[in-house]
Amino acid sequence: MPLLDVKNLHTEFRTGVGVVHAVDGISYTVEPGETVAIVGESGSGKSVGALSLLRLIPDPPGRITGGEVWFGGRNLLRLSDAEMREVRGGEIGMVFQEPMTSLNPVLTIGRQITETLERHRGADRAECERRAAELLGLVGIADAPRRLKQYPHHLSGGMRQRVMIAIALACDPKLIIADEPTTALDVTIQAQILELMQRLTRQLGVALIIITHNLGVVARYADRVNVMYAGRIVESGRAAAIYHEPRHPYTMALLRSVPRLDRPRQARLDPIEGQPPDLTRLDDGCAFRSRCRFAVERCASSRPPLATVSADGQRAACWRSDALASAGRAA
Amino acid sequence: MYRYLVNRILLVFPTLFGAAALVFALMRLIPGDVCLVRLGSGGTSFSEQALQACHAELGIDRPWLVQFGQFLWGMLHFDFGISMWSGKPVVDEIASRFPISLEVALIATAIAVVLAIPLGTISALKQNTWIDLLVRTVSIAGIATPSFWIGIMAILIVLDLTQWIGGHPWMPPIDYVSLWKDPIRNLSIVALPALTVGYRYSAVSMRMTRSAMLEVLREDYIRTARAKGLLEKIIINRHALKNALLPVITVVGLEFAFLIGGLVVTEQVFNLNGIGRLMVLSVQNQDYTLTQALVMVVVTIAILANLVVDLLYAWLDPRIRLK
Ligand SMILES: Nc1ncnc2c1ncn2[C@@H]1O[C@H](COP(=O)(O)OP(=O)(O)O)[C@@H](O)[C@H]1O
Ligand SMILES: [Mg+2]
Repeated sequence: MPLLDVKNLHTEFRTGVGVVHAVDGISYTVEPGETVAIVGESGSGKSVGALSLLRLIPDPPGRITGGEVWFGGRNLLRLSDAEMREVRGGEIGMVFQEPMTSLNPVLTIGRQITETLERHRGADRAECERRAAELLGLVGIADAPRRLKQYPHHLSGGMRQRVMIAIALACDPKLIIADEPTTALDVTIQAQILELMQRLTRQLGVALIIITHNLGVVARYADRVNVMYAGRIVESGRAAAIYHEPRHPYTMALLRSVPRLDRPRQARLDPIEGQPPDLTRLDDGCAFRSRCRFAVERCASSRPPLATVSADGQRAACWRSDALASAGRAA
Repeated sequence: MYRYLVNRILLVFPTLFGAAALVFALMRLIPGDVCLVRLGSGGTSFSEQALQACHAELGIDRPWLVQFGQFLWGMLHFDFGISMWSGKPVVDEIASRFPISLEVALIATAIAVVLAIPLGTISALKQNTWIDLLVRTVSIAGIATPSFWIGIMAILIVLDLTQWIGGHPWMPPIDYVSLWKDPIRNLSIVALPALTVGYRYSAVSMRMTRSAMLEVLREDYIRTARAKGLLEKIIINRHALKNALLPVITVVGLEFAFLIGGLVVTEQVFNLNGIGRLMVLSVQNQDYTLTQALVMVVVTIAILANLVVDLLYAWLDPRIRLK
């Protein structure tokens, strides 16, 4: 049984210009201990999809309008607020994109770690502080006793993200959701943080959902990948398969837009042309067709379902995924 | 932190000096002087000699620089001299008016803080519900209505109510007694003005609390706190309020300094002998010594209020301590 089973999740925002269908029916699973990546351009609904799992969507204007989120035998969307608070920080930890603003500037690092422990473990102060120091050591922050007394502004971005990881790990969760944990960091620090997360999640047997718009990250750290476009999953499968044999034009375009280590240095990178669609007025056709080199008439009239395209379970939502298989190999 | 404090305290002296120079010059730039007011007040004519004698007696015929030197020198050992109008020591004039102003300001501040912070927080948490609407309407009314009108209304309501309940109207006593001597009498004088002022003051602080709170609630660290599964009570008290209070403290501090010398109309309406009315009177009489001393008192209180604000800031916000 998967650890997490998301079924047909829908999240909308009611705004002045209309209803934004930020997450429009996504389904995926995460097995215990597995690392699953969610990739897509900015605005494709990755963050909203992740926040919806923990029911952290600001309401108003946001609202989860449908679907199920099965975790540990319970549908999280049906839990009471009190039950949901037990899950947050206890069974599921979260690491956010903005290390500079995600920690409270007026509380010490120590307090921000111990409060999670106090909340979920009910341990006494001394025990919490001992554990907090241990956690800092675990995420590679030396001199824990001093660090615990410091405030976020004393720490660099990379250090703060390590603290966020320590907080997420504090109560031995089964799953950590990391929403672009390295996007705001220096390139050199990015790799360190990703290595750290990979090492710790393996070592502790924690499953990881890692959100990113960088396919290079995916190839190195993820077991499986979900590619999102306009609030939907357009391709999913094992990371290696998606990286080497993409079956959706959007995934192919994403791959061409980033430098790759496994290919000879390309003369130039191709940014994806055109703009993502307006999420308030999606029609019945494929949302990517206006930017797609392979689009045919059928793409305008009906939306392709996420269909299995290979024996190892790779799936793509494209009418032309068969044609792309050969095109991809030729490229 | 230590250096920050020392810097702040050292800054007090140039500020005081600037204020002294300003009030000294402004008073003397106003046409006329206290002798003209004194001698000509009844419309009577007076001789040039009498005027000069008066100038010489008060020492305002001497060069400005000399007068300014005397003023500064006096202040340095807390000697503010004699009121040019009444002939009484300036210190006595101020001492008899100061307690009532201070008391009104302190009670009004207490009322404001006690009302503003919880109401502003609730208003922000329940944004756009009927509670929020109610709180905002009452506070807008407090800001938009002139305080003399609220004061007069308050007096009329008390008059009518006491008439209705006891059979004859009740008026607060006029002569001020200290809180220690006769608390009931003291409070019956101070309560209405303090409430009137406190209402407007709390309205201002409430709106500040509400908007600061709304802003803080959108911060990433609040989302982090939610993602930790913390109880809403802890998210508000520990995470949000401490950050939202920073701008509120500034507003409260500024208001407080204003209340000491700025309640001219309220003091008039409630017939209180406070600093505000004394200030107006002394300027009208062109009483240099008294006006100068009053301004210095008010400026000192403003500086102290600011210092307290800064200290609270440093205590609440560790980022300030670093600077
Ligand atoms: N609070 C909000 N109000 C209105 N629209 C929102 C809000 N948050 C996100 N959205 C919309 O939801 C869509 C998906 O956003 P998001 O999940 O943040 O994208 P990303 O894939 O970059 O993480 C975007 O079009 C965004 O405009
Ligand atoms: Mg995002």
